[in-house]
Amino acid sequence: MDAVFDHDTDPEDPGRRGLNLVVCIKQVPDSAQIRVHPVTNTIMRQGVPTIINPYDLFALEEAMRLRDQYGGEVTVLSMGPPMAEEALRRALGLGADKAVLITDRRFAGADTLATSYALASALAKLGAERPIDVVFTGKQTIDGDTAQVGPGVARRLGLNQLTYVAAIDLLDRATGEIVVRRRAEGGLQVLSSRLPCLVTVLEGVNEIRRGSIEDMLRAARAEVTVWSAADAGIEDPQQCGLKGSPTLVKRVFAPTPREESAEMVAVDGKRPAQIADAVLDLVFAHAPKLETELGAAPSEKERR
Amino acid sequence: MSEHFDAIVVGAGPAGNSAALVMAKAGLKVLQIERGETAGAKNVQGAILYADALERLIPEFRDEAPLERHVVEQRVWLLDERSHTGAHYRSDDFNEDRPNRYTILRATFDQWFAAKVREAGALQITDTTVTELVRDEGGRVIGVETDRDGAPLYADVVVLGEGVNGLVGQRAGVRPELDPQHVALAVKETIFLSEEAVQDRFNLDGEDEGVVIEVMGSVSAGMVGTGFLYTNRESISLGVGCLLSDFQETQIPAYVLLDRMKSHPSIAPLIRDGETKEYVAHLIPEGGYDAIPNLSGDGWAIVGDAGQFVNSAHREGSNLAMTTGRLAGETVAALKREGLACNEANLKRYRHALEQSFVMKDLKKYRRLPGVLHGNKHLLTAYPRAISQAMQTFLRVDDVDKRSKERRMMSQFRAARGGWWNVFTDALKMARAWR
Repeated sequence: MDAVFDHDTDPEDPGRRGLNLVVCIKQVPDSAQIRVHPVTNTIMRQGVPTIINPYDLFALEEAMRLRDQYGGEVTVLSMGPPMAEEALRRALGLGADKAVLITDRRFAGADTLATSYALASALAKLGAERPIDVVFTGKQTIDGDTAQVGPGVARRLGLNQLTYVAAIDLLDRATGEIVVRRRAEGGLQVLSSRLPCLVTVLEGVNEIRRGSIEDMLRAARAEVTVWSAADAGIEDPQQCGLKGSPTLVKRVFAPTPREESAEMVAVDGKRPAQIADAVLDLVFAHAPKLETELGAAPSEKERR
Repeated sequence: MSEHFDAIVVGAGPAGNSAALVMAKAGLKVLQIERGETAGAKNVQGAILYADALERLIPEFRDEAPLERHVVEQRVWLLDERSHTGAHYRSDDFNEDRPNRYTILRATFDQWFAAKVREAGALQITDTTVTELVRDEGGRVIGVETDRDGAPLYADVVVLGEGVNGLVGQRAGVRPELDPQHVALAVKETIFLSEEAVQDRFNLDGEDEGVVIEVMGSVSAGMVGTGFLYTNRESISLGVGCLLSDFQETQIPAYVLLDRMKSHPSIAPLIRDGETKEYVAHLIPEGGYDAIPNLSGDGWAIVGDAGQFVNSAHREGSNLAMTTGRLAGETVAALKREGLACNEANLKRYRHALEQSFVMKDLKKYRRLPGVLHGNKHLLTAYPRAISQAMQTFLRVDDVDKRSKERRMMSQFRAARGGWWNVFTDALKMARAWR
């Protein structure tokens, strides 16, 4: 599939039209407002507001910054039910240029494998229209937390993948090179890759902009491109949705709430050191071992 | 480049949605601006939907709108600390093809309503706050500024459906600042219960029937106010509201009032084991007829709560909002059709249309009520207690003869108000306020 990302095969684009950036976003329930049905223990999705997966917003902002710097356009792509159009429209209001929704009954119940298949097909289709320079995703989604879809898409499209990216230092279309900083265990890696590639963006690396009033009007007017599985160039429906998902959800359950036992400590005096001592005394009363372990550090009293 | 619209509607509540819908349907180029992240995100109501006002806008709404239950039973309870005296009216006639009242959850309902407005052709942007009205040299309103970067947006008319405490109208000097005596502060919880529990506890047949309980008396702790309990499909909306000026005076925190109501022996069993999903607070304009500001001027009109359109005596508000929005929208659409300007003189038609409708007629009828209640708070404390006492005297069976009981009831009642003369003047005041 990677031929469609090859700029040399694009007769129309000798580098004048700028970057073609695609950001994959997902509409997710606002996890802060999800409730579990107290009787059936199932997740109550009704009435829960939806948001753009917060990690995806960092990816979107990163893409828009590249666009603003080098020119070009940012397309947001999502797979989801028809209502996911709302998330795409919101992304347009934030400043994205185009939006594509792939939606089909056959996508229902997709795990990360099936999702990456559908997204990769749509990206290939988009890339055939005009070669893509960088595909962006968030680090992971807040409803699945797997961080698998981005890498899955990269693998299917044969793209280099740069995950957990904290900053993009350089993007050179002439040489087809991108240099990023990647946060890894034990430090920061500086990585270089050929374009096109896939970048998953870390949280907190930027702040999503507030679109202008013109962005909002454009978003309100924009037609979100809606593709069915067939429109997205999906050849094998067996690889979509539940059918294409080897993951089985065995059981959904609400964690048993922990017995929280909080204790109020009343302290005479207002000095922070007095309060700290009182709290420490109480902690040690509950965990006598801790006192001997920490014995090396003298308390305020002892220092006096 | 800045754009010109036929109309800009500020707010996507019932009033703004109604105005935008009517104008968009009439073919006008309409822009609606909502500050919440989605339409309805900032909107709070009990909430009862009165079908008639919506039916005039969207006749087929019953097939599409997210409705909870239609109301088959209305209860009015007078509470003292431990008892309630109630009147219930229930009728199978309310199980009709086109029910008259529904409970709704505004978050989902408003999104549906706003989608209908978009379908009608209005342009809608959310998460955007209108900050100022833009005027020309002659003082005529010609557009709005928002909190986003970019040029002002221009329109022939700006319809302000910005809600009770909207600041645009106040800042622009077209609405007075709120008077604490003219607004109630209401707090509400949505308490989750299973569908079966709701049906069992309120004697409801199936998932569509619903009950409304309006509560007066000790629930407002001596302040001018009322409480309510509405049954939704899988939850109960329970709240209490009192005049803001009374809250200021008594210093009772609103949540304390709500907690007290929830623990009242008549109410606690109805919500037992429920899980509170939502806690909201909202201001309700209750100044009545005399608090209504100027409703239109050169290039602007006011609809809904922003215009103090609430009938507090009958707990009606959203229907007034929809009706004022519709009439404002129809006025603008008619002016456009006739090629007339949306200036001060022509927009007076909107006020005229309101005067002909139930909106102004009802508000005029109850114009004395806010003042009477404000000056006679004992109406909400002394009587519920006296009635409760009388009921107990009447119902307890012991060795006291009935005639003595009746005498005791009468004297208890008289004592509650310090003499018959006071009872008489109370009755007279209420009758005048209600007339």
